Amino acid sequence: MKELSVENLHVTIADQEIVRGLTLRVPRGEVHALMGPNGSGKSTLAKVLAGHPDYQVTKGKVMMDGENLLELEPDERARRGLFMAFQYPSEVPGVTIANFLRAAIQSRLPEGEELEATDYYAKLYEKMELLGMDRSFTSRAVNEGFSGGEKKRTEILQLAMLEPKYAVLDETDSGLDIDALKTVAHGVNSLRGPDLGVLLITHYQRLLNYIIPDHVHVMVAGRIVRSGRKELALELEERGYDWAREGAAEPVLR
Amino acid sequence: MKTETSAVDINRNIGDFAYPEVHVRDAGAGLSEKTIHYISDVKEDPDWVREYRLRGLKTFLEKPLPTHWASKDLEAIDFDKIRYYLSPGTAAKRSWDEVPEDIKRTFERLGIPEQERKFLAGVEAQFDSEAVYSNIKKAVGEQGVIFVGSTEGLKNHPEIFRKWFGKVIPIGDNKFSALNSAVFSGGSFIYVPPGVKVKHPLQAYFRINAENFGQFERTLIIADEGSEVTYMEGCTAPKFNTTTLHSAVVELVALKGAKIQYITVQNWSANVFNLVTKRGLAHENAEVKWIDCNIGSRLTMKYPSVIMKGRKARGEVLSIALANDGQHQDTGAKMIHAADETTSNIISKSISIGKGRATYRGLVHVPKHLKNCKNNTECDALLINATSRTDTYPAITVRGTGNAVQHEASVSQVSAEQIFYMQQRGLTEAQAMSLSVNGFVNDLVRQFPMEYSVELKRLIELEMEGSVG
Repeated sequence: MKELSVENLHVTIADQEIVRGLTLRVPRGEVHALMGPNGSGKSTLAKVLAGHPDYQVTKGKVMMDGENLLELEPDERARRGLFMAFQYPSEVPGVTIANFLRAAIQSRLPEGEELEATDYYAKLYEKMELLGMDRSFTSRAVNEGFSGGEKKRTEILQLAMLEPKYAVLDETDSGLDIDALKTVAHGVNSLRGPDLGVLLITHYQRLLNYIIPDHVHVMVAGRIVRSGRKELALELEERGYDWAREGAAEPVLR
Repeated sequence: MKTETSAVDINRNIGDFAYPEVHVRDAGAGLSEKTIHYISDVKEDPDWVREYRLRGLKTFLEKPLPTHWASKDLEAIDFDKIRYYLSPGTAAKRSWDEVPEDIKRTFERLGIPEQERKFLAGVEAQFDSEAVYSNIKKAVGEQGVIFVGSTEGLKNHPEIFRKWFGKVIPIGDNKFSALNSAVFSGGSFIYVPPGVKVKHPLQAYFRINAENFGQFERTLIIADEGSEVTYMEGCTAPKFNTTTLHSAVVELVALKGAKIQYITVQNWSANVFNLVTKRGLAHENAEVKWIDCNIGSRLTMKYPSVIMKGRKARGEVLSIALANDGQHQDTGAKMIHAADETTSNIISKSISIGKGRATYRGLVHVPKHLKNCKNNTECDALLINATSRTDTYPAITVRGTGNAVQHEASVSQVSAEQIFYMQQRGLTEAQAMSLSVNGFVNDLVRQFPMEYSVELKRLIELEMEGSVG
């Protein structure tokens, strides 16, 4: 089965359990939204999927197309097709977007194979146009001095260039004005297709007006309490997270 | 963390090889008047040079090691065990065909691309203490440019050589300039006639190829009025087991309106003491620019200087130092303002890896009577590991009114979040670190000639391998 699957995942940081028995499946070709209040463990899940060293997985499994992700280094996960758009992307001083992405793509090529520069730039410019980014951006250092919106666009640009099998978008909508949100959503929508599975993490329903998910999951206190079709997001917006908690199969700690 | 090989195809053994030595002239180990006479005899020095050497020796023996301010590691140098002169016994070569095969092989192993070998037409390459290959590019010769070894310079062009030799850096400047004055051999002598702009950089390659052998090259460059020249000096030394001393003296003279740019990529093996004195004299409206990269050596002490002697003279030092385990890069710059409206700029970046130590020492001097002088100093240090070390010792004396000085310093680290971010894009931890370091020096490297910036980036990647995990 081509899917990103999380099974009964438990995660702690500094002896505190943040994710408490989370189970989730994102098949390739689908967009799943993961919604939840602040502190529910959404971002922790994203970081654990990507392999952040600060978090400890105490129990559970994470598989990508049948391969155990938890045994792999963050860069190995990335090269095998996992992408994460960061909520707070790091600055990489002095390294231009063009050079950074080039190194990232080069790392995916077999040894001895060199990236063809003209093809690379043609693709880069095409994707930048899609995201309404000026070409001069390529020579700016990654995220250095970028506005919130510029950072998020750059994350989606990287997603478009790296062509992963699964993308985890962590609060990509936060800090965006409506125009930037539309551009980012347009970018993500253009990448949708049978070869990409998306886990869209968001606090607000707003983003889901522009990126229509196939499924919606609600996460509260470290686990999924409700799952449904896209209408669930609207219902949640109307009734609030307390309603979601009440509907949980078993009591949820607050 | 797993070790990954670099994505860039680099042979780690490059620069780590040696060929059989053919040294027919050897002064033996240790230093005495006898050694000086031996050197002068073999080199057939004019009398004034022999006397100069003897004065150098006397000064060297009198001066204490500068351990009251510098590293105590200097005490590890055993001056009695060093061989101060060695000649392959070959005359300077002029054509590529005459260059010995093993030396050509050295170039090959260093991976100098075919294209760059064209530059070799205008290159002087030094193996051991004599120039074994010296081919002045035809065009340069036609312009009247003199580009020869220092020995040839002092013999064949005494009228220019003697006028400037030892004038910018006198014998007694410091203990190691005195040592060089006593035993110098090799190095380049360049004279650029008035108004001549040398298009291609003149290059020199230096190698140490004898165990326990110190290299004491002496370079003198004179750019006559309104002329321009760029000189490139690079070193990739074979690795040896015992301590080696490299102590060069480089003097630059930029006459009225002239420009000299001197570029160094230093990559001595980690047992070399690299104690070098470099200074330029800038006359009215002239410019001296040092681009100085220190990657190798056990201890480097080098502070390229510019004395701005004429009105509107300019001085610049751009330097990069990379200190890995067991290395101490003690580098910096000195800017001596000695005329009105002179401007100087220092940009220094250092990277300390593992237990490596980088020290910046800067001196900016503007006396009270001068007007409208400007200095800008930026020094940034990057620490890779918790055990890495950096120190900054700026000494800025700016007196009088109407002089401006600006000083910025920073110490930073590559954050774990930044590395994670880069890893998430598919780079290994080592690649991420290497790219971060290249990013740190990027704005400086961009100012270098293309072939050196590429070489430098490769050297940094090589150094960064194995620095993580």
